Amino acid sequence: MPKLTVNGVEVEVENGATVLHACEEAGVEVPRFCYHDRLSIAGNCRMCLVDMERAPKPVASCAMPAGDGMVIRTDTDRVKKAREGVMEFLLINHPLDCPICDQGGECDLQDQAMGYGYDASRYEENKRAVEDKNMGPLISTTMTRCIHCTRCVRFATEIAGVPELGAIGRGESMEITTYLEKTLASELSANVIDLCPVGALTSKPYAFAARPWELSKTESVDVMDAVGSNIRVDARGAQVMRVLPRLNEDINEEWISDKTRYAIDGLRRQRLDRPYMRGRDGKLEPASWDDAFSAISAKMKKAKPKAVAAIAGDQCDAESMFALKMMMGKLGSGHIDCRQDGAKIGGARSGYLFNSTIAGIDDADALLIIGSNPRIEAAVLNARIRRNWLATRLPVAVIGPKNDLTYDALHLGDDPALLDDVLSGKSKFAAKLKKAKRPMIIVGMGALTRSDGAAILGKARDIADAYGVVGGGWNGFNILHTAAARVGGLDLGFTPDRGGLDVAGMYKAAEAGELDVVWLMGADEIDHARLSKAFVVYQGHHGDRGAHHADVVLPGAAYTEKDGIYVNTEGRVQYASRAAFPPGEAREDWAIVRAMAARLGINLGFDSLDDLRESLYEAVPHFAARDEVASAKWAKFGGRSKLTAAAIDSALDGFYMTCAISRASETMGQCMMALAEDGARDAAE
Amino acid sequence: MSIDARIADDQPDSFAFTKENEAEIKRIIAKYPKGRQASAVMPLLDLAQRQHDNWIPMRAIELIANKLDMAEIRVLEVATFYTMYNLKPVGKYFLQACTTTPCWLRGSDSMMRCIKDRYGIASGETSDCGRFTLLEVECLGACVNAPILQVNDDFYEDLDYASTGALLDSLEADAPLPVGSVSGRSGSEADGGATSLAALKPAE
Amino acid sequence: MLKDEDRIFTNLYGWADPGLAGAKKRGDWSNTAKILKLGHDEIVERVKASGLRGRGGAGFPTGLKWSFMPKEVGDRPHFLVVNADESEPGTCKDRDIIRNDPHKLLEGCVIAGFAMRAHAAYIYIRGEFVNEARRLQSAIDEAYAAGLLGDNAAKSGWKFDIYLHRGAGAYICGEETALIESLEGKKGQPRLKPPFPAGAGLYGCPTTVNNVESIAVVPTILRRGADWFAGLGKDNNTGSKLFCISGHVNRPCNVEEEMGIPLRDLIEKHAGGVRGGWDNLLAVIPGGSSTPLLPQDVCSTITMDFDALKDAGTGLGTAGVIVMDKSTDIVKAISRLSYFYKHESCGQCTPCREGTGWMWRMMERLVRGEAEIHEIDTLEQVTRQVEGHTICALGDAAAWPIQGLIKNFRPEIERRIVAHRAASAVEAAE
Repeated sequence: MPKLTVNGVEVEVENGATVLHACEEAGVEVPRFCYHDRLSIAGNCRMCLVDMERAPKPVASCAMPAGDGMVIRTDTDRVKKAREGVMEFLLINHPLDCPICDQGGECDLQDQAMGYGYDASRYEENKRAVEDKNMGPLISTTMTRCIHCTRCVRFATEIAGVPELGAIGRGESMEITTYLEKTLASELSANVIDLCPVGALTSKPYAFAARPWELSKTESVDVMDAVGSNIRVDARGAQVMRVLPRLNEDINEEWISDKTRYAIDGLRRQRLDRPYMRGRDGKLEPASWDDAFSAISAKMKKAKPKAVAAIAGDQCDAESMFALKMMMGKLGSGHIDCRQDGAKIGGARSGYLFNSTIAGIDDADALLIIGSNPRIEAAVLNARIRRNWLATRLPVAVIGPKNDLTYDALHLGDDPALLDDVLSGKSKFAAKLKKAKRPMIIVGMGALTRSDGAAILGKARDIADAYGVVGGGWNGFNILHTAAARVGGLDLGFTPDRGGLDVAGMYKAAEAGELDVVWLMGADEIDHARLSKAFVVYQGHHGDRGAHHADVVLPGAAYTEKDGIYVNTEGRVQYASRAAFPPGEAREDWAIVRAMAARLGINLGFDSLDDLRESLYEAVPHFAARDEVASAKWAKFGGRSKLTAAAIDSALDGFYMTCAISRASETMGQCMMALAEDGARDAAE
Repeated sequence: MSIDARIADDQPDSFAFTKENEAEIKRIIAKYPKGRQASAVMPLLDLAQRQHDNWIPMRAIELIANKLDMAEIRVLEVATFYTMYNLKPVGKYFLQACTTTPCWLRGSDSMMRCIKDRYGIASGETSDCGRFTLLEVECLGACVNAPILQVNDDFYEDLDYASTGALLDSLEADAPLPVGSVSGRSGSEADGGATSLAALKPAE
Repeated sequence: MLKDEDRIFTNLYGWADPGLAGAKKRGDWSNTAKILKLGHDEIVERVKASGLRGRGGAGFPTGLKWSFMPKEVGDRPHFLVVNADESEPGTCKDRDIIRNDPHKLLEGCVIAGFAMRAHAAYIYIRGEFVNEARRLQSAIDEAYAAGLLGDNAAKSGWKFDIYLHRGAGAYICGEETALIESLEGKKGQPRLKPPFPAGAGLYGCPTTVNNVESIAVVPTILRRGADWFAGLGKDNNTGSKLFCISGHVNRPCNVEEEMGIPLRDLIEKHAGGVRGGWDNLLAVIPGGSSTPLLPQDVCSTITMDFDALKDAGTGLGTAGVIVMDKSTDIVKAISRLSYFYKHESCGQCTPCREGTGWMWRMMERLVRGEAEIHEIDTLEQVTRQVEGHTICALGDAAAWPIQGLIKNFRPEIERRIVAHRAASAVEAAE
């Protein structure tokens, strides 16, 4: 560990640290533009120059390895002049359009010009103008502002794994662009907006929408997938204006997917802002809460307990599910299920968690993916797999559909029998798994939602046992969920109770006329037609599939409009917070359930969210352990039945429109169209 | 020049290397260690340009990217970084006039003026007949034989207004002058008699 | 004056056969295996002893550079890379070696490569040298056919391959790490150092990049002895050297001369003197475009070697001597170089990308006098803001010619500004 002095202060830094790190360690601020902790070192902006004893010229601290005995100074006249010089160079061709630039107020160039620049310009020549580039529906470009730091190029190439951004030309004519201005085809593309230190790459959907100081900022959790990315929701009044990533090293680091960031315009469209009831003509008509509750109450009171069922959707908060479960319990029905897709999971927690944790991916040394396309199911998590592959050439094999995962993966095929090959050691990948010290298996919903899902889960577990996937403090057996609500639902037992029906059972019962009332809490991803004989209550926030098939619609709150607990695919308990109020007469979901129960004469035992949470903690204590992963004991799970012959597929066939919110999002629609257009263009070539 | 202006608007729908060039590509790639085939990107761009009337269409860039397992943008970066890759058509005689200081001191202005007087073209332009494209270029590395006009692959040296005219005459007649100095010296020796190695000079 | 018998490049002017037969007559490839028998380290020691300093511009001792290569070959092979990307304005010496004496370069590659425990050399030649590349490739082919290259190069028992790689128009690829990037199939953008090429160069392997001339003189040095070479020239500036004399001389030429030759001798004895006589001399750029110019009075006494020119505030560089007589528009001459550097800036780092364009635009105004007097100081400060702050030396190279101009010709720049102002005033009055 090298020891060096920075401005007279002695510091000791890790081996491999740079002079810039040493300066930070010493509490000395070093300005920079191109340097970024998570990207390769470019050393091109020259803003971080410092003086090093015995060096004839100032050195770029971001690129200089810290060495023992180095004497660094950042407070010399030479360093001051160097910074002023670089700052002046960056500004001579940078437009003075801050008043109309969306980066204004949160711009590194503005801030550092104030801190390190001259107070006037000496540049008398014409400024350079650069044509803007098309980068698709998400990224707005004003390339005249570009300072050529190449952070975006490095992000696309290194993190996103889509080497489509580049700097063409040279010298002062160098321009950042995609190849022939195609859309940047990455699920993580918009992170370049955050990385851009100036206003060259800004958010297209958010263009000229707000200034940072007008926004109220709420720290929350994303529900577009089961990763649980930490986000900041910026709202102005009732409107969510933008979503930005929040640093969480264990989950999303500082990235979020494009859906996490941009599905939010879906929060403004197709909203359920008042209750509806199906009229005699079969059309949904606006109704009052009172009428809606009365209609439901009438049906419920007539129905036998065995004829009432409830399904929870993929974005439900845990509290509301728990409240609904309690109501169903009091009604005497065990027909509850949170697995819209019919996934054959539940029971032992280690059988449905991403046991290694997301950060555990960094330690894996072999990976078998079964029935998942992590690139679209969990884009941020996939970037971590890619990083491990980049650093260690992590061997990856896939049983399931063949996809471009942004890293090399051995595609074994999509035949379920390949699982037996792996188990028996016959598979090409068996040797790699065997050699691995920390092997990992990721099982996706593509494998678990099949009729033989339980058998595949059992087989995967056998493989885990056979190859030492679990043991010695390591558990590399991982289930990758696609639904934000799923693990929470399973943890609190929103699954068939004492002979209750699961979703498939409910379909059959409904078709047989044995279900009178089905309560859908945000359940849009089921086969609603099969429930048509029952009286369907849909509680949720969007006029999506669920509402279209419902007899009564109760307007609920979307994830940005309520406080709620979500448990991610790792089993990590996270608390989302309300950033805005639900529209119109819509209410928070737990409150709707409570009011309904009251109408039915049922006392659920809570009057506030806090009370509800207390009951939840009592029933399932780990929900109180905020931000923590309660580790799960390796237990028996999975089935033993025969595997079917059908090919293993992945659960999602696209990235952008996967839920009621993203389906309502114009931005997500534009992304799908841009992807299709570029695809058509490539195919034509 | 902006990048867009350097790339032809009209692009062919397809590009394929000839059989001979496909064989040449194999030889080129073999020069570099296994897995380092990206090193072949410059020779392949050159090959494409030579095959395709001295300019590289976008289809060739995509083909090369595919052959070398490179991203298309990486190949385009290379194709736009180096100045010798033409991304739009040029005339049969591509005149690259060096005007950097050593050539300028020796009269590159006269050489340029001769070309301009004859075809009315400035740097980057093609003559009305379509056969001559002029480009002002940076030091060609033959400064003691300045000024230099590179015609396609060949250097013509020691030019002035009159000799540039004679050179252009020969090109118009498709009977180019012998490559090299137009003043009669064989190389970089002092005009009118070398001051060294004279004893080694073969008898004329 | 250097005697012909002490000249290394005896076919500099291409009067004799550049091919293998001609080369052998000139002594090339004569018992190369015997030289390799000296052993890797002994060869390095002898090159060190000869005092040879790199001929590509920086003048770093060649033997010392070779000694930075690892002494053992690990899992990464060693590479020799020859920089034949000759592009520094005023410089055209390597072109003559390549087209007229290519076997000196090839034999030098085998010896240098062996010394640094490399089995392969890549010669990176500038793209515009198409005919020169053809000549060199045919020399390589001849050498393979004669068994001088390949699995048992020159019957030495050492496997050695040489590959030719053509550039495509980028001065910056003369910078060794930009050259390596280019050779790897990327844009020629210089790398950050450390790591240096001897640790991680081509394909991340230990690599030494040498100029054509530095390599091509090695066989003769080893044949005739380090003492012979060290006996030529001056202390710390030994040997002979190719000089290129261009610009306003009566007979521009390339010539091999002793290091330390007086500049005036070089111009008058070899290049026919300054046009209009020595007194008509305005200034000389002594070592290629990046070296600051010398005014006439200094030119009269200066000698052409690394140390003397360094002491005079300029440099020997590539020994590309650009002579300018009193008819020269000196501001324009330098401004044209500023344009060159702007054109050749790779664009990677801020001070060079932005500074070269700014400097050139100011220079163009100074050519016409369209400026304020204080802007001369601004320009000088801008050159200081570029110098020493860039990733590679191109920034310095762009700054120095302007600094040299301002230092020596400030009155001329001021005169133009005053004249332009006066002319504008007259125009306004009319």
